[in-house]
Amino acid sequence: MPKNESIKKVLVLGSGPIIIGQAAEFDYAGTQACRSLREEGVEVVLVNSNPATIMTDKDIADHVYIEPLNIPSVTQIIEMERPDSILPTLGGQTGLNLAMALAENGTLEKYGVRLLGTSAESIRKAEDRQGFKDTMESIGQPCITSKVVESVEDALTFTKEIGLPVIVRPAYTLGGTGGGIAYTMKDLQEIASNGIRLSRVGQVLIEKCISGWKEIEYEVIRDSAGNVITVCNMENIDPVGVHTGDSVVVAPSQTLADKEYQMLRTAALDIITALEIEGGCNVQFALKPDSFEYAVIEVNPRVSRSSALASKATGYPIAKVAAKIALGFTLDEIKNSITGKTCACFEPALDYCVVKMPKWPFDKFVSASRALGTQMKATGEVMAIDNCFEGAIMKAVRSLEQHMNSLQLDSLKELPDEEIRHRLELVDDQRLFVMVEALRRGITPEEINAVTQVDIWFLDRFLDIVKLEKRIASEPLTRELLLEAKKNGFTDAFIGSLCGKDHFAIKALRNEMNIHAVFKMVDTCAAEFDAATPYYYSTYDEENEAEGTDVPKKVLVLGSGPIRIGQGIEFDFCSVHSVWSLKRLGCYTIIVNNNPETVSTDFDVADKLYFEPLTPEDVQNIVELEKPWGAVVQFGGQTAIKLTQDLTNMGVHILGTDAEGVDASEDREKFDEILKMTHIEKAEAGTCFTAEEGKEIANRIGYPVLVRPSYVLGGQGMQIAYNDKDMDDYMAIINMYSQEHPILVDKYLMGRELEVDAVCDGEDILIPGIMEHIERAGIHSGDSISVYPPIKIEKRHQEIIADYSRRLATALHVVGLVNIQFVIYNDKVYVIEVNPRSSRTIPYITKVTGVPIIDLATRVMLGEKLKDLGYGTGLYPEAPYYAVKMPVFSFSKLTNVDTALGPEMKSTGEVLGIDTDFNQALLKAFKGVGMEIPSKDSNILLTIKDSDKPEILPIAKSMEDLGMHLYATKGTYEFLQENGVNCQKVNRIAEGSPSILDMIEIGMFDLVINTPAKDRKHNKDGFTIRRSATERSIPVITAIDTARAVIQARVMGRANQLRAVDVTKISNRKK
Amino acid sequence: MKATLILENGTVFQGQSIGSTADCICEMVFNTSMVGYQEILTDPSYAGQGVVMTYPLIGNYGVNQYDEESRNPWASALIVRRISPRGSNFRNEGTLDDYLKFNGITGICDVDTRAITRMLRDHGTMNGMITVEEHPNLEEKLRLIRAYRVQGTVERTSRSQIQVYPGDGCKVALLDLGVKENMIRSLQNRGCSVTVFPAHTPAEVILEGGFDGVMLSNGPGDPADNVEIIEELKKIYNSDMVVFAVCLGHQLMALATGATTEKLKYGHRGANHPVRDVDEGRVYITSQNHGYVVMAESVDPNIATISHINVNDGTVEGLKYAGGRIHTVQFHPEAAPGPQDTGYLFDRFIERMEAAKHA
Repeated sequence: MPKNESIKKVLVLGSGPIIIGQAAEFDYAGTQACRSLREEGVEVVLVNSNPATIMTDKDIADHVYIEPLNIPSVTQIIEMERPDSILPTLGGQTGLNLAMALAENGTLEKYGVRLLGTSAESIRKAEDRQGFKDTMESIGQPCITSKVVESVEDALTFTKEIGLPVIVRPAYTLGGTGGGIAYTMKDLQEIASNGIRLSRVGQVLIEKCISGWKEIEYEVIRDSAGNVITVCNMENIDPVGVHTGDSVVVAPSQTLADKEYQMLRTAALDIITALEIEGGCNVQFALKPDSFEYAVIEVNPRVSRSSALASKATGYPIAKVAAKIALGFTLDEIKNSITGKTCACFEPALDYCVVKMPKWPFDKFVSASRALGTQMKATGEVMAIDNCFEGAIMKAVRSLEQHMNSLQLDSLKELPDEEIRHRLELVDDQRLFVMVEALRRGITPEEINAVTQVDIWFLDRFLDIVKLEKRIASEPLTRELLLEAKKNGFTDAFIGSLCGKDHFAIKALRNEMNIHAVFKMVDTCAAEFDAATPYYYSTYDEENEAEGTDVPKKVLVLGSGPIRIGQGIEFDFCSVHSVWSLKRLGCYTIIVNNNPETVSTDFDVADKLYFEPLTPEDVQNIVELEKPWGAVVQFGGQTAIKLTQDLTNMGVHILGTDAEGVDASEDREKFDEILKMTHIEKAEAGTCFTAEEGKEIANRIGYPVLVRPSYVLGGQGMQIAYNDKDMDDYMAIINMYSQEHPILVDKYLMGRELEVDAVCDGEDILIPGIMEHIERAGIHSGDSISVYPPIKIEKRHQEIIADYSRRLATALHVVGLVNIQFVIYNDKVYVIEVNPRSSRTIPYITKVTGVPIIDLATRVMLGEKLKDLGYGTGLYPEAPYYAVKMPVFSFSKLTNVDTALGPEMKSTGEVLGIDTDFNQALLKAFKGVGMEIPSKDSNILLTIKDSDKPEILPIAKSMEDLGMHLYATKGTYEFLQENGVNCQKVNRIAEGSPSILDMIEIGMFDLVINTPAKDRKHNKDGFTIRRSATERSIPVITAIDTARAVIQARVMGRANQLRAVDVTKISNRKK
Repeated sequence: MKATLILENGTVFQGQSIGSTADCICEMVFNTSMVGYQEILTDPSYAGQGVVMTYPLIGNYGVNQYDEESRNPWASALIVRRISPRGSNFRNEGTLDDYLKFNGITGICDVDTRAITRMLRDHGTMNGMITVEEHPNLEEKLRLIRAYRVQGTVERTSRSQIQVYPGDGCKVALLDLGVKENMIRSLQNRGCSVTVFPAHTPAEVILEGGFDGVMLSNGPGDPADNVEIIEELKKIYNSDMVVFAVCLGHQLMALATGATTEKLKYGHRGANHPVRDVDEGRVYITSQNHGYVVMAESVDPNIATISHINVNDGTVEGLKYAGGRIHTVQFHPEAAPGPQDTGYLFDRFIERMEAAKHA
């Protein structure tokens, strides 16, 4: 069936801010789908509150609204734009839920907007627990014994019937939020009550626990004619029980014979057919390891993290095809854009093995519980391709950038065997390495399988790796052995460490023995057809397929690897834009990246894509083949910047700021020189390696001090030390990994923090805008509410900042981007840090100012001068809009993580509020993060540290005036009462029932404002308060400045007068 | 032990020996299925051929007695990237390597299967040889390789005795041209009683046997070689018997009715081939294994119309003969290995037989 010509204008909903369980994969899917729709001449209206996305570019959609993803906001946009259709299946669970809500409340009908693709009825059948069970029963597909309940009591009764353990799954939540496995009735009580509260429909499913079964997924596509195909199947190495987002996943399945493979494939096709889904769909199965018995776990009637993975694993663009299907095309009418010859109605054949590994935030949140269960905890993932499982998993491990280049986890080496056996029972992020260590200790695959239920086949592969480690450590390194090691994914450095050589020696040996990586193509068809798409992976095999293209201006663009806290989707935005820019400038572009969730790893972004780890050795393989003219490292975050020196050593010309400039900004001594030269002040500081040295510096310059390692991102390991004890603690954490570079100790200045992103051509600088942070210094810039243009900064300070920026950028010989952070303290401007690279604020500043920052940066890197580029130099005129960037956290998914903000970044994503009025923009941003702004009769809990008490007073007064009810613990209570603010006293935790915790438990409060005590000893109660409020979905504010902003939004914001802004209309403002 | 794969065009790949160490000359073909290696090895259609598995990890789930598609493996050789030293699956009964050795199938692993596949794709199907000789005389070996031709395979793979599989439903005579067990099972599961006849059974025996329908099976080799069988099929065509045919059976019926077949450059072998059902307008994913194809332009529209078309290359995938009694397809609705999506064709066959019974 050809395109439905009545579809002319389509509304696409994005997935909002990056949170655990909903990451960049929806930007990838959404971007691909928007392009696919526009290809067919359809006008696209896009709504997404996340400004860091590529989908919110004016190049991707015709109308772009960076507005809250809620009913009033989207209803208004529908009213303004009058789309004829809405595509609900691209924006993850957020987009799907919102579209369903709009369908249910009659908005879609009122404005004549039809749901494209899958119908509301089908979505309900797939999403509603009971509806799904009934549908499965009607087509004879087995589900797990389960029951939907709406009360804890019913949950307990049902569980008594079926027996413990049970899995609790809330309806309509993403990433399994609020779910878990209950082993005891007490567990059940807690998990079920939590789940019922978090579910949009107040339902949870209580389900017989089948942990230990194999978890198998199928990605399926169906069109309106009823054609159905599977794109890919995937097998989780971790059996059922660990969320698939937290599992190591391999594609295709490895341990299924054709009988099981086809049985589940047929089941998946029957399910998508019965649900009448038109588009993509993910079906998860549990398969009993010792029979053909299986059960359908769940179905996602939309694109998902798994569909993004399947797309990258196979080359099959699911989102693109799903968008075409939504327009009425059938699979056989859609071209397979990889081969360019065949059609989309076929099933990809893989001739390689794909491994996906999750990236967890436990390196940042050292106190977080590492246990894995049904609630996802990973922030991102990496994918690796090789022609064997061993090679792929070794690549995946090193792609994670967690100080590992093998399956050897150093901290396990010293543990006794009994401890290793015990650790096998713990299902956490390290279990994979524990299993490998167990094999190293001679524990057999059978024994490990008995404990972990991980299939013997995978354990055998790990054992192969262990055996090879032992051979390398004990045998002469013959060509045969070295080749074997390379085929199994051993890096030169790892081989060297096993046999007492360095990686240079191994590399030299390889050159001598003529052992080199070759590259193979990902072509969807296992070489059956000649494919046109240049998408490659490395392997050690005979034939190399990737011809080093012989073109002049060939540029390597290094991506940013997995999404993690501190390095998110914004760097993919930058990488992709620089590729587009380079292409426009006539360069041949090559992307290297390993993140399957991103736009940058889409097959048609760069001229060539290498899906590879971003390590020196892996990049060198590509460099040796391609011999690029230059490399771009500025846009790939710290991941790419780290490779600057290595690339220089490989003889690759770094485009833009060179290794020396990068080093001068990071190396404290060199940076101090620059500051002296430019006459710019910064806080007193010193560098050290040990706690003793650190304390010496701190006592000299005076506590409090900021402590942090060099060359890190997102303030990782950064802390404010208030005394020697803190210093000891923090230094111990930082020194868990031996530091190549000194640790920085800076005097902590608690002033107003500002930030600029600028483009410098070596002589001139263009500052698109200055951003002001709502929270004072001490809270990581990524966790602060950031406002453009500044609201409280005097002109003269802005001028100083512009001047300092120019001086610093030119002194550091910055060519391209630079991000500089300042603090104004006692009326004086100090520089905090300089990052000669892209930053997380680039996408939003680009969109609000209309200055194509990445394009300009790319142009100057290629030698053009700012003065010729049409945007002038110096500080760019302010836009007529205020843009408030607000951080979004995923604390509810991570147990034991302190929600108090500090110098180490904790947010996973962000939203933007845009308006011509600051207060309206602020209000939009709060709405965007889903915060319920307190109103009359809201109950507010205040526990404020002494030093903040004077500042809370006016805020508390305003609250009282607004008719809110204030509650406070002793100190705060007394202070407020004394100062004439009425509030009620609440017992501290130790003061007995009903304590503050009891009151949080029963949902007494609408907002908790808790500013944490400075030293960690007094902070324990605060931690408990913050955590228990977070777990009950009560917003917690930990900085006075944030609290003030909330009240300002309440008092000054006019919620009924919010107007959506089409950012494409403000994007072409040239000087 | 080291082994060498020599292709007809003189290309040599070094690898490790698996299975039997006997020299083996055969026609080299590639299969893109990611699972189902045991079904592929035991599919009689591969008689005389060496199968290159494009999926690199083979043997993961071992071998078992239930996945045998005929009485023994027929492929002459197996070429894989990596072979699992042991299988892991609840039905696993032994390793693939042992299975190959036991059945005398020569194999090679640790070769660049993608490079071989690309070569077969670009040059077309080629003969080849696997040998464990340390220094094979290339010229001499190439002479042998080039002289090889797949011959007499239908006779080799077909049963020599009539075999009856009981059932209460339609009575089907199945002509074993190298049949896969799952074809028989597919009929049996639908209640049919199936009498399997050797390939060279005279048509009269079948026509006078009181059957409701005839199933012509898949099988190996060049269809045009089967001159005698084609003569018998003419008689079946001229009778009023309901016929369903798959793969070689489909090709032979076409040849019996005046159409011609040709060899494809590198064939269709895998589990992902899209086929359009012309009447329904729907596309099905099919399991395929054929090197020859019925030439579309040779089909007399008065005799048969094209019912199924390969979406990738437009070749003939099915023929519906005038009168509606006879329907033949090139692909494998019995799957094993591969998608089960076209199993409905067996239902149609039964419907046709029922209709004929009641006519």
